[in-house]
Amino acid sequence: MFTKVLIANRGEIACRVIKTCRRLGIRTVAVYSEADAGARHVRLADEAYCVGPAASRDSYLRADRIVVAALHSGAQAVHPGYGFLSENEGFAKACAEAGIVFIGPPVEAIRAMGSKSAAKTLMQAARVPLVPGYHGDEQNPEFLQQQADGMAYPVLIKASAGGGGKGMRIVESSADFPAALASCQREAAASFNDERVLIEKYLVRPRHIEIQVFGDTQGNIVSLFERDCSAQRRHQKVVEEAPAPGIDAARRAEMGRAACDAARAVGYVGAGTVEFIADQGGSFYFMEMNTRLQVEHPVTEMITGLDLVEWQLRIASGEALPLTQQQIPLRGHAIEVRLYAEEPAKGFLPSIGRLAHFRKPAESANIRVDTGVDEGDSVSPHYDPMLAKLIVWDETRERATDRMLTALADFEIAGVGNNIAFLSRLIDHAEFREGRVDTGLIERERAVLIPAPASAPAEALAAASLWTLQSEARAIRITTAASADPHSPWGEVDGWRINGSQTRRLEYREGETRRSVEVRYERSGVQLNGSAAAVSGSGDGQQQYTVGTQRLSASIVRLGEQLHVFSGGLHHVLQPFDPLAHAAGDQEAHGGLSAPMPGKIVDLPAAVGAEVDKGAALVVMEAMKMEHTLVAPAKGRVIAYLCSVGEQVKDGAELVEFEAAE
Amino acid sequence: MAVIQSKLRTGADDFKANAAALRTQVDELRELTAKTAMGGSEAARAKHTGRGKLMARDRIDGLLDPGTPFLELSPLAAHGMYGGDLPCGGAIAGIGRISGRECVIIANDATVKGGTYYPVTVKKHLRAQEVAKENRLPCVYLVDSGGAFLPMQDEVFPDREHFGRIFYNQANLSAMGIPQIACVMGSCTAGGAYVPAMSDETVIVKNQGTIFLGGPPLVKAATGEVVSAEDLGGADVHTRISGVADHFAESDHHALSLVRGIVSHLNIRKQIGIDLQTPEAPLYDPEEIYGVVPADTRKPYDVREIIARIVDGSRLDEFKARYGSTLVTGFSHIHGYPVGILANNGILFSESAQKGAHFIELCAQRGIPLLFLQNISGFMVGRKYENAGIAKDGAKLVTAVATAQVPKFTVLIGGSFGAGNYGMCGRAYSPRFLWSWPNSRISVMGGEQAASVLATVRRDGLEAQGKHWSAEDEEKFKAPTRAQFDLQGSPYYASARLWDDGIVDPAQTRRTLGLGLSAALNAPIEPTHFGVFRM
Repeated sequence: MFTKVLIANRGEIACRVIKTCRRLGIRTVAVYSEADAGARHVRLADEAYCVGPAASRDSYLRADRIVVAALHSGAQAVHPGYGFLSENEGFAKACAEAGIVFIGPPVEAIRAMGSKSAAKTLMQAARVPLVPGYHGDEQNPEFLQQQADGMAYPVLIKASAGGGGKGMRIVESSADFPAALASCQREAAASFNDERVLIEKYLVRPRHIEIQVFGDTQGNIVSLFERDCSAQRRHQKVVEEAPAPGIDAARRAEMGRAACDAARAVGYVGAGTVEFIADQGGSFYFMEMNTRLQVEHPVTEMITGLDLVEWQLRIASGEALPLTQQQIPLRGHAIEVRLYAEEPAKGFLPSIGRLAHFRKPAESANIRVDTGVDEGDSVSPHYDPMLAKLIVWDETRERATDRMLTALADFEIAGVGNNIAFLSRLIDHAEFREGRVDTGLIERERAVLIPAPASAPAEALAAASLWTLQSEARAIRITTAASADPHSPWGEVDGWRINGSQTRRLEYREGETRRSVEVRYERSGVQLNGSAAAVSGSGDGQQQYTVGTQRLSASIVRLGEQLHVFSGGLHHVLQPFDPLAHAAGDQEAHGGLSAPMPGKIVDLPAAVGAEVDKGAALVVMEAMKMEHTLVAPAKGRVIAYLCSVGEQVKDGAELVEFEAAE
Repeated sequence: MAVIQSKLRTGADDFKANAAALRTQVDELRELTAKTAMGGSEAARAKHTGRGKLMARDRIDGLLDPGTPFLELSPLAAHGMYGGDLPCGGAIAGIGRISGRECVIIANDATVKGGTYYPVTVKKHLRAQEVAKENRLPCVYLVDSGGAFLPMQDEVFPDREHFGRIFYNQANLSAMGIPQIACVMGSCTAGGAYVPAMSDETVIVKNQGTIFLGGPPLVKAATGEVVSAEDLGGADVHTRISGVADHFAESDHHALSLVRGIVSHLNIRKQIGIDLQTPEAPLYDPEEIYGVVPADTRKPYDVREIIARIVDGSRLDEFKARYGSTLVTGFSHIHGYPVGILANNGILFSESAQKGAHFIELCAQRGIPLLFLQNISGFMVGRKYENAGIAKDGAKLVTAVATAQVPKFTVLIGGSFGAGNYGMCGRAYSPRFLWSWPNSRISVMGGEQAASVLATVRRDGLEAQGKHWSAEDEEKFKAPTRAQFDLQGSPYYASARLWDDGIVDPAQTRRTLGLGLSAALNAPIEPTHFGVFRM
């Protein structure tokens, strides 16, 4: 076994690999970009090397620098995690040449599975079932259109070199094909420097089921059963579970065999995942093989009780598979959700910023949280904005579902947008509860899963008011205590008036809505909107708020000008409005359009001075390797562009001066 | 320290009867205070707020540190006067904490007669300035006033304690280093223009505040010039061109935040030269005071039962407990501040007067604030006492009270009659604050005694002329005097005329005194030089 391993990754996966290494007594070496100097994985590792500036291509994708770091640190092996260089044959080769073990499959296997088209040809030969499609090298648009038309719509266009949903387009009709193809090719070129695409028949209500396989250097291959990753949005997995609902032992064995055949066909060693697309009838087709550890591997660990990273390390160090197929247990049900810093209501745009408040549910045998961030860390625009993975396990799927909802409710995240409420609704959705998930569920149920933001209930407003009064009083007590008159009755915050008491209004802004609460100080305590109100517990964490006969357990945090009320899994943001503080007159809202996040301008399609309709594209920018389009908010005219193509712009930067027509 | 052992039986019938009686009076007081606090008529208030202006009390609340106390002065000023048309006397005055610092605030209520100054308004303004002077508290003037009430100009303008005194005080307070801050939130015409002009620092609100010696109608009449109020003396003019004001505020709220900022930069730190203790609630519930005070004012009770419900831990270390027992004297603490208490427990005799003078000397020597709990029908009369020189003993007490430089506080908890009022630090003896209980009575003597004195004089006159005066006629003669004393002895009558700083709920006496003590300690305690004591 190795004594020192370098982890060529960041975030939660780097932390997760470090955890197993530490348990096995293996020293760990982290690499990091300049933006990640203080990141959690760097803090956890035994040593760490900076491999370049923030941009991934200059740091985490710099195979040369990572190899140098590995050599310098004396690591015998490199764990690539997922993403970045994990499926890069050049890197695997470079490691081998430097005499360092690449913890992953042989270079040939990576290459074989790296091109989706080539992989499918190989699978056809190995008699693994395939979806009808065109995977060839002919990239002439007319030819591709013919192919698509021949398969009957809908069809899917994918980047040949792609993965993880990037550069994918579903085309519903022949007429839409040319535009989708062009866009897909552009994104493919930008992301993978390879604009080749493939086309496939698009299955209706398909499910995404994948098989975890492991091979060793002795030629043994086993399956660790399936995972159902059908809950997806924009082809990104959101919820994964194991085992897959509705899959019986026979089908499980059949899929396992097919997956092992696929692995065997490329002489697979190490952890790999064979992804299938399955229709509602249970037929399944090979999609691709991921030659690395998957993000969602924990659900497999939870149902088998195994540590897949440990297996990877053992196999890479030359050991045989620890268990035979028959010895691998399958117990209970596990579900994983991916917590992202993103805004579900804004088309899941990544949310960048400081993770000012981050509280996780308590971990146990049933609840696992894999995270790469701590409270106070920043979510940078440079990398994937995943904050954490929450994994739960229980005896049955139903119980696991309930447990997931409870655990989600225990999360408190503020500072960046997040998808917790969205995930809760998804897990609680009838189709999910009944195990009828297909890859279109999220898009189809969008209105239910991402409802218009609900305003905070009266109890939450009252709790925020009690919290505000409590903190006001605390601040006054502190100044009084520090004065020469430390017990001054002038510092008692009870609204005392001669022969009466004070009544005041606390005002809030919730989004665009103004809300207010009447506070009346009585000798017996405070009344809010006419009901006696009290708070018990003080300071951090959950407090009990009582208003009239209502009781509310809530955790309230103030960040900048906002109060975040966390209660029962809901998160409401209220902005206390102090009329004095805003009295000088707020700036008029400007007519410009600003960048929703940091990114690069790729296109400025509107002509300056020309009339455009509402919804017309004005700016196309690329951020997080995704294209985002800013559209005209109304019919009007572009006065000027304040940015140029190729320019890197900051979050909030004004990009267009726009004048709406009256 | 000795804890007062209450002998009160809260289950007893007389306790319950007393409590019910006083509680009713307190409820009336609270209701009247709340009603008066509404300010002007509904129409006037709607017009005021409709112009984007805050009500005077909301301005004060905005100025204060959130949720902190406001010790309002004379909230029932002008009650029952001027046809009952001048709630609060047209201006709200009091002490409150702004940016961590106690300040005097005077706010005109423009919904009451346009914020004009009636005689009582002037008196109230001057009293607030006196409070600022004695306790060294910065002054914040929230100006929204049409100036002097012209129909009563003879009672408002010419005399020493009239309108002009306001500006005299501003100059002299400023000279003493007591900050003068004005916030012009409405009109500020003629003489009123001097409030902002005489201030150290002045804020003016856009489209609301105006300052000019003569308003547009007067200008037109005098010179024919037609000019808008804003162009004549609005916020822009005064902050940009004339320099009469210093800070331009967008709104009432903005103005208040500017004033809070100004106060935060005063660079004054309260210094306290006395020995503070950690405050401690009384052992007995202050609301039990309601049952202590007899419904029948002639009935005696032990004033220690009151003290036990006001002071920290109900602790009182008595001085000369065994001597002159009709005056209870002793050391105690209220809200952690040391106080020397003088409380009537019967009529004043020579011994009690001497004891009181001695005790005041002690407190003055030690710099301990004095609290007078006044319930006095007067000094003992009669040959024996006059011959023993009760007048010179009374004079000793009055001398001591008058010249003691420690902060003095007086609460009229019962009767305040005759020279007892002087010896127990009545209004004329400049206590820092004087409050009345709703059950208190004040007059030169009791109504019955006054009627009897007048009747005796009359009877002597008639009988000297050989005329007969029937008992019936005498009764008829006495009735108006009794009625007059009854009316004028009421604390409401007194409070309306600023003979006190307000009527206070007995159960809130402790808190009120605590606020007053804390405010008073903003001024250093000066050494006392007593006058000649007649021996």
